[in-house]
Amino acid sequence: MKKVRMPLEKTTRREILIGALAGGLVATVGLEPARSTPETMRAAIRKVVGSAQVRKGRVDLDVPPLVENGNTVSLAITVDSPMTKTDYVKAIHVFNEKNPQPNVISAHLGPRAGKAKFATRFRLADTQMVTAIAEMSDGSFWSASADLIVTMAACVETL
Amino acid sequence: MTRLAPCWQAACVAAVAVLIAGVASGADIPLEQRRSGYADLGRDTKAMQDDDTANPATLWVLDGEALWNRKAGGTSCADCHGDAAASMKGVGTRYPLFNEALKKPIDLEQRINLCRTEKEKAPPFAFESRELLALTAFIGRQSRGLPIAAADEKLKPAIEQGRKLFTQRMGQIDMSCAQCHDDNWGKHLASSLVPQGHPTGYPIYRLEWQGLGSLQRRLRNCMIGMRAEPFDYGAPEAVALEAFLMWRARGLTIETPGVRP
Amino acid sequence: MARPLINVPAKVKRGEPFEIKTLISHIMETGFRFTTTGQRIPRDIITYFSCSYNGEEVFSADLYPAVSANPFLTFYTTATDSGTLEFKWIGDNGFSESATVPVTVE
Repeated sequence: MKKVRMPLEKTTRREILIGALAGGLVATVGLEPARSTPETMRAAIRKVVGSAQVRKGRVDLDVPPLVENGNTVSLAITVDSPMTKTDYVKAIHVFNEKNPQPNVISAHLGPRAGKAKFATRFRLADTQMVTAIAEMSDGSFWSASADLIVTMAACVETL
Repeated sequence: MTRLAPCWQAACVAAVAVLIAGVASGADIPLEQRRSGYADLGRDTKAMQDDDTANPATLWVLDGEALWNRKAGGTSCADCHGDAAASMKGVGTRYPLFNEALKKPIDLEQRINLCRTEKEKAPPFAFESRELLALTAFIGRQSRGLPIAAADEKLKPAIEQGRKLFTQRMGQIDMSCAQCHDDNWGKHLASSLVPQGHPTGYPIYRLEWQGLGSLQRRLRNCMIGMRAEPFDYGAPEAVALEAFLMWRARGLTIETPGVRP
Repeated sequence: MARPLINVPAKVKRGEPFEIKTLISHIMETGFRFTTTGQRIPRDIITYFSCSYNGEEVFSADLYPAVSANPFLTFYTTATDSGTLEFKWIGDNGFSESATVPVTVE
């Protein structure tokens, strides 16, 4: 629990107690991990992209229309690129907005890839948006997003 | 994944109660209308099952192959049974089987453990252990593409007991297997599609488990869903229910190892 | 028992990209789950995957807890010369697995 301190402000006994209590509470009650938010996803994207502009397009996100189980969601990403020595996809980064962490996977390609396409399976904690960002050899960034609906199994194994 | 809050569970029960109100239970699905859970899968899950490299269950099948050739207590499965592709072909289509010595039906897991203890003089594998799942997946895989066999006459009492269990209400939710899987297959329960519930792909890689599991594990999941005390692994009731389910699915094609949500 | 499964076409055409499919056994424990008594289950995931073709890295990936258990990864690489494809998986708790597969270019 952060508190901005004004100059000459004295920490009162009351403030110390509240701080300690808040710290204690987080330790015992925090059973749910902090969730990502659209803002943390944007921050994670900014870490990769910096101040460069991200344009929509050239990236195809292939995900199932309805997710049967959030534990295993198929994902295939294709980027429109000639994949020559001078014009290729450097990396493809995948982000989500509601899992405990905003990153999913980062794939590093290069001219030898031949085809800018990769596939994997990932987890979704809840209905949310997934974003894929392609980093090109010319320094440009392109993206695509998909909204995925995640439902729960009707009969769970443990209570 | 988050759990269903109790209010949602109650809503599910209420929804199901409305669904089955006034419907008679226990009528068998007409033979030509029967379908494997594979038919209900989404495009990507089907692709996962169809491609051996994409199917995580293949990892267990490979482990099973290694175990098949590994000596335990001085002998290996291969020492007696040779090449599994030949000797185990069809085995997965006809278990549970009536065992003459024990005078009771046993399933494939119990058969493997019998071989372990009696022939190999080795300790039995625990139910749902990685080794036992790997071996049943490997052995079951040798029957992929074959139809589930007609039941032996000696299995009739077990099949009847299994049918009783299948049609009897159980648990706090007080519903029978038949009410969902015979009377309401194809409909949705809280956005999950209700399958007919045929054991065509066991052991399966279940996306919910992110792992491989046996038919008995899946049945226990269902019973816990009904808030009923699940049958112990290897219990005679569990084997009887397996025998009934295999009889109910006679003629359907084995897909082992399958992928299911 | 962590064995990787790799699928590479039997023969590939020089200059053409071909698909490589990989699957490895791993629990990919996220680190965000808790036991029934409230203990956090520590993270245990594969964090890095790479593929080298005759010694030169042609593909790699950084994996996060959001990747499903038993990670499945497919990608493409252009056929240059016949030789060896080398695969490596590295993860938490010193996890390290590698495999090699021959590639025949015609």
